[in-house]
Amino acid sequence: MYWMPRNRTSCFTMQTKKLLLSFLALSFCLFSLLSCNPQKQDNKITVWHWMTDREPAFQELANRYEAKTGIKVNFELYAPSDAYSQKVRAAAQGGNLPDVFGILGEMRDFASFIKAGHILDLTPYMDADAGLWRNKFFAKALAVNEFTPENSYGVKAGIYGVPIDIMTIQMLYNKDLFKQLGLNPNKPPVTFGEFLEIGNKIKAANLQGLVSGWGEMWMIDCLASNYAFNIMGKDKVLATIRGEVAYTDPDWIQVLSLFKEMQDSGVLASGLVTMVNKNAEQLFANGKAVFAFNGSWCVNVYREMNPQLNYAAMMPPKVSDKFPMAVWGGAGSSFMVNANSKNKEEAVKFLKWLTDRDQEAYLAEATNNLPSNKESLKRIPEILSQFADDMDSTTHPSTWGISESSAVIEAFDKGIQSIIIGEKTPEQIAEYVQQIKQKELAKKR
Amino acid sequence: MKIKDTLENYMFVLPAVVIFAVFYIIPFSWVFQLGLYDWDGILPTKTFVGLGNFSEIAVDKIWWQSMLNAGYITFIALTFQNILAFLLAWACDREIRLKNFYRVIFFIPPVLSEVVVGLVWQWILDGNYGLLNNWLVHLGFPNLVRNWLSDPQTALTAVAIVHSWKGFGWGFLIFLAGLQTIPRELYEAARVDGANAWASFKKITIPLMIPVAVLVAILTVLGTMQAFVLIIAMTGGGPAYHTQVPVLRILASMRGSSRFGYACAQGISFGVILMAISFIQYRFSKHSRQT
Repeated sequence: MYWMPRNRTSCFTMQTKKLLLSFLALSFCLFSLLSCNPQKQDNKITVWHWMTDREPAFQELANRYEAKTGIKVNFELYAPSDAYSQKVRAAAQGGNLPDVFGILGEMRDFASFIKAGHILDLTPYMDADAGLWRNKFFAKALAVNEFTPENSYGVKAGIYGVPIDIMTIQMLYNKDLFKQLGLNPNKPPVTFGEFLEIGNKIKAANLQGLVSGWGEMWMIDCLASNYAFNIMGKDKVLATIRGEVAYTDPDWIQVLSLFKEMQDSGVLASGLVTMVNKNAEQLFANGKAVFAFNGSWCVNVYREMNPQLNYAAMMPPKVSDKFPMAVWGGAGSSFMVNANSKNKEEAVKFLKWLTDRDQEAYLAEATNNLPSNKESLKRIPEILSQFADDMDSTTHPSTWGISESSAVIEAFDKGIQSIIIGEKTPEQIAEYVQQIKQKELAKKR
Repeated sequence: MKIKDTLENYMFVLPAVVIFAVFYIIPFSWVFQLGLYDWDGILPTKTFVGLGNFSEIAVDKIWWQSMLNAGYITFIALTFQNILAFLLAWACDREIRLKNFYRVIFFIPPVLSEVVVGLVWQWILDGNYGLLNNWLVHLGFPNLVRNWLSDPQTALTAVAIVHSWKGFGWGFLIFLAGLQTIPRELYEAARVDGANAWASFKKITIPLMIPVAVLVAILTVLGTMQAFVLIIAMTGGGPAYHTQVPVLRILASMRGSSRFGYACAQGISFGVILMAISFIQYRFSKHSRQT
């Protein structure tokens, strides 16, 4: 009688109420159980990555590894790279990182992951058997995954990532358009003056000049730092980052002025400041632009967009003979092992296998990326060899041991956009960047 | 027995309360808490900076420029977008041919993906191969040809107009619903009293549509101030800072600079500003209804 409805409006019978309460209790238990994520050791390695173009090749290699060892490798693709980056950060905060993953970001982000205890120190594995694994890689490919003793990030010295491939970011030119402009297709411009002269011809022929993803900013930073190395040398660039040299230094103003000169000469494509790299790649692949500034990954992209494209790679034309021109390179894609994974030993074994000569050669052939394994370099296409030839001239911010603050980088890159659109002068931008730098230095103090 | 009944009732409300707390209240309190710290989003340690992030926002010129840019886009949306929405709704409310067809057509832009809309308009407005410049040349206006999205003079306006094109369908729908609630007898009575179409519009339609217009205005302000997907797809926030908006700055702080604490403080400041705007609009609408 107690559970009987007390009036006509009561819609629940005793059985209904019991049923509902049991359902609630069961849901609560299920919800609690599902929210737990125990890391079990099993015959499965999970790898998170963002490389859409490499997904089929990774799947093929996973199948080969399973056939060889019986261990299943589950490559999980999360794209675009922004979404991937967020996922990895969220997983790190929640302690749910997979066995193997990559980090997209600056060296300071990499350092934070290590200091938070998410990444396994691979130095003992690299150094085992008289450095057998370490010696397989290009030194520059390994350098971007290495923290040297007394690095400015406060990370224990060691190797924390396994390079899967490498890249360089250089200039490319369209050989057919060179012929159309009356230029020798086998003689790209070597000096900055020669480069600017071509701008007049490009304007007269109503073509587009240099295309690149300068709307995404980091590629502007890349070319600017190439010229900074050429004009003032690495030591002065690093001294600027340390705050010992001001951005108002005449050398920096010269770096900024180069962008004004390029714009004035007509060698830059119209709309470059809001251009994303995908659009730039389409313009170059379709033969609409004479020059491109792009990474070695472009070989795969151009092949898919236009297999007939007749182009070659070149170093950015030098401004000065005082210091060598340096291009960004060495850093490609790397994988890290989750230090808290129960499968970390298996994960390391898999990465050793993945970066062996045959697997690296397969990846290079299937995806047209430069392999990180030196022994796999023999089986790459001609155009990729041109990128590889300039590997000695590469540098990368990840190997500098110090990072410029994001606020300064943004002010510098946005400033170059302002110079290109004719809104600010190089001197004004240098002044503004230095103000931001002073603020950042004051914060550190 | 009464206590047992009360507990039973609470048991039924509990799942909703738990979900609300887990997904709304706790994250909001975390965001507020993080706004008081300097944190890169990865390290387990955070540095307490008190109101330091908020005082930095107060002098962050780029942040305030992005607020102004969002204000400009909102102004275009409040005027161009809503006037267009109202006029089209008014036209469709009358006895015109194919009015149901127009109702469907006008609601297509809002249901399209913002990224797709952004990329299509980027292609239309492209300085080199865009349709707009092509038409301008063919129509005999070659002097008007420009790189609409890379030119600092036109980039923000171009983005604002595309945003209005994308969003006017919502206003259209609400205005149309509002217009249909006005009793037809009022118009008939006015006609009997000798009022012409303009007088009916001025004396009946406009006064009765004020509450609807205020609602549309509030939704427009809240929606437009938070716009960013379309802008990322069209300009990425460039050239320089010309199309930067607050949400892009919050994203830049979080992803570009790894300053989660600062980004949270920006989010809170932005939320407070939006709440203040909504409150002012609400007071304004209450005042207009009373008068």
